[in-house]
Amino acid sequence: MELLKERADQVHRTGEQPFTLTCNKDSLAGAVSQRACVFCGSRVVLYPIADALHLVHGPIGCAVYTWDIRGALSSGSELHRLSFSTDLQEIDVIFGGEKKLTNALFELIERHNPKAAFVYSTCIVGIIGDDLDAVCRKVEKETNIPVIPVKSEGFKGNKRAGYTAACDAMTRLVGTGDTAGISPYSINILGDFNLAGEIWLIREYFERIGVEVVANITGDGRVADIQRSHGAALNVIQCSGSTMDLAKVMEDEYGVPSIRVSYFGVEDMAQALYDVAEHFNNPEMLAKTQALVKEELQELLPKLEFYKKALTGKKAAIYVGGSFKAFSLVKAFRLLGMDVVMVGSQTGTEQEYKELAEITDPGTIIADDTNPLELASFLEEKHVDIFVGGVKERPIAYKLGVGFCDHNHERKEILAGFVGMLNFAEEVYSSVMSPVWNFTYQKEES
Amino acid sequence: MSKNSPNYISTTNACKLCTPLGATLAFKGIEGAVPYLHGSQGCATYMRRYIISHFNEPIDIASSSLSEKHAVYGGGANLKLGLMNVTLKYRPQLIGIATTCLTETIGDDVKMFLKEYEKEVEGEKPIMVEVGTPSYNGTHMEGFHNAVASVIDTLAGTDGEGEESGGINILPGFVSPADIRYLKEIAEDYSVRATILPDISDTMDGQAAKKYEKIQPGGTPLSAIATMGNAMASIEFGHTMSDESGGAILAKKFGVENMRISQPIGIRASDQFFGHLTKITGMPVPEKHQAERGRLVDAYVDGHKYIYGKKAIVYGEEDLVVGLTAFLAEIGVMPVLCASGGKSKKLAEKIAEATEGLLPEQPQVHEGMDFYDISELAESLEPDLLVGNSKGYHLAQKLSIPLIRAGFPIHDRMGGQRILHLGYRGAQQLFDLVVNTCIAKKQSDSPIGYSYM
Repeated sequence: MELLKERADQVHRTGEQPFTLTCNKDSLAGAVSQRACVFCGSRVVLYPIADALHLVHGPIGCAVYTWDIRGALSSGSELHRLSFSTDLQEIDVIFGGEKKLTNALFELIERHNPKAAFVYSTCIVGIIGDDLDAVCRKVEKETNIPVIPVKSEGFKGNKRAGYTAACDAMTRLVGTGDTAGISPYSINILGDFNLAGEIWLIREYFERIGVEVVANITGDGRVADIQRSHGAALNVIQCSGSTMDLAKVMEDEYGVPSIRVSYFGVEDMAQALYDVAEHFNNPEMLAKTQALVKEELQELLPKLEFYKKALTGKKAAIYVGGSFKAFSLVKAFRLLGMDVVMVGSQTGTEQEYKELAEITDPGTIIADDTNPLELASFLEEKHVDIFVGGVKERPIAYKLGVGFCDHNHERKEILAGFVGMLNFAEEVYSSVMSPVWNFTYQKEES
Repeated sequence: MSKNSPNYISTTNACKLCTPLGATLAFKGIEGAVPYLHGSQGCATYMRRYIISHFNEPIDIASSSLSEKHAVYGGGANLKLGLMNVTLKYRPQLIGIATTCLTETIGDDVKMFLKEYEKEVEGEKPIMVEVGTPSYNGTHMEGFHNAVASVIDTLAGTDGEGEESGGINILPGFVSPADIRYLKEIAEDYSVRATILPDISDTMDGQAAKKYEKIQPGGTPLSAIATMGNAMASIEFGHTMSDESGGAILAKKFGVENMRISQPIGIRASDQFFGHLTKITGMPVPEKHQAERGRLVDAYVDGHKYIYGKKAIVYGEEDLVVGLTAFLAEIGVMPVLCASGGKSKKLAEKIAEATEGLLPEQPQVHEGMDFYDISELAESLEPDLLVGNSKGYHLAQKLSIPLIRAGFPIHDRMGGQRILHLGYRGAQQLFDLVVNTCIAKKQSDSPIGYSYM
């Protein structure tokens, strides 16, 4: 399929020289991007902080479409699963929404007793000129909890700008809590959102090697933990940049160093644990890590063999939000003997795409901020057997008679960690091997 | 009856969606159409995700993808670029453009932009239909009905001089693909040509196909919309939309009689619908449908004791709530609370009319409600059932009572798009569902293991 001319340099085929891929630019009007907006970026990062009030200041849409949207589980408070909005009406747009916002904050804080409140700007808040900072200051003073504006007007960039706004908001909390009693072998987990309970699994791994987790940022997150997170010895960051800005502030202001990891796939999961152990340069910890990895692999690898045998040679395509996931998925498919023929993301950077091109086979399609018609043409061209993506990608795969693995926000199976690799293999297998493809019209023809 | 209406400032777990979402769904029911949002990128993506999770179908909604500079200098250039790109890639017959809160607030004049586009851009252009849908005004239902009205206003009367008169128009509002398929079948059984607008029966419940369809086949043909002004009459479902509805426009512009009725859910409302068809066509109710009615009455009798006096909370779009409440009232279930996020100011009146003579006492009826309000009222009402979309699940779980899923969205079950609500057949399915849900609840709550009803 011919690309729109403005998008021509956002799709690359591995092996073509020189490597060029334009990215991190505004989505093209009319191209039907799969991306959301600044608000979305902020909302997904802060959403799992379970004991905070998340109030969306704007008309109802932004709040209602993000109600209970993530499978970000909590071990306690479930306040984050409610959808709060100022539900602005025409009259508020004309006369300003500050009064309504103030009263809504007082009402909700009294009702729910949150540990902090995040107030999200939506598109029109920036336009009608509500002074969010002033309202938040006033309410903070009277309620004695942190009331933090999140500058997430939808049009002010893409999802990445939303990550920055979320990190700015969290920066307000960091450094305000007591750090007494924190172990020298301590970390914050950044960029895991506890989908299906993943962060509990990762925490357990770290505890097994003798590392204390101070704050989950943000999966199963708590305001008080974030407030004392500057007392941790190391920030361990997952996800493509969603919490990078926060880590940078913590490094600059509190001297907390950081490393980047991924918990998806066997290699990356093991590497994450080794990297932390090596950072602390503690032989005992390293030995425990080796033992943990050995134990987990002994359990996992024999079980994976079954899936590998069935799936070897099958073709996979990947389209995800941030490209860190793409790297891990490429490796995970390799482990199953599968070939990745297309990989893309909504918000990857040039460096990330370049590295993806280096680790993928010649002819692999690499795409930035692609859209349904391009995706459909890639799947058809490459005769893909399984596509990994989110909700918006799923019907594209299914209409083309292609299997699908949900790597989305509301998934209910753990895909991280060692056990996640097994779940991943199972899900890929259960879609690729389903007998339903005998009846789709693509198979009938071939 | 509007007693004890909660009056909170904030909205928690809204029982409504935003205006442009309804417009995109209405545009999806038109042949060869692509919905387009003039706003920032996020709106289109959020709505796609929300809609896909119900229908399990691709829904491509284009966007002007406005960024900060457009918010300052206006979104005209991006709108035009977007329309060009959609035309190039999708080759649509029609682009349905809905505005958003952003573009309404910055004051973009879409009508003017479209006039400029018409002049500036060469070559074949799709038909452009534009609807103003600021999300701070109304709910998704206003967006839906206004989009339908706008399509009719733009297209009806653009073809022929009444040469194809004799048909009828059905303006069903927001009903399921299964409902639309059933309406088509009824029209066929009456041997009458019906223009059903919009028609999402194929576009939002598509078949497996060999090739990926850029625009799903189906939808109301543009040629049929063009001749809607020649119809014998229009039947429009719903009482809570504005007076400037599609049916009203056809009446005003072309003198087509507009018969507004409740969504035909349950026997009484369905009788009215079939009665209108019979009146317009001069044909008796087709035997097949008389038989379905007969079986439905028979079923009502067989099952009445299992449900009599059960208390239900009904929520969702206002017209759906009116229809479901009427149905529940006629099978002996007592609606105790009827709630909607909409604010037509007509809900209580229409519920009273639709349930006349059936209820010992009118239910509480509240507009402008969210799920927090509903939940709060539910505590003292002690309902046995919730009836509405899947967003009531948390409340059902909290109260340990069953949720009868109806309407949109159904995000936690398969087949939301195939739920049949309308007519004798829809009532039959709803009735079996309600009765069996009550029987199942009793069965599973009991240690005895009943193996008979």
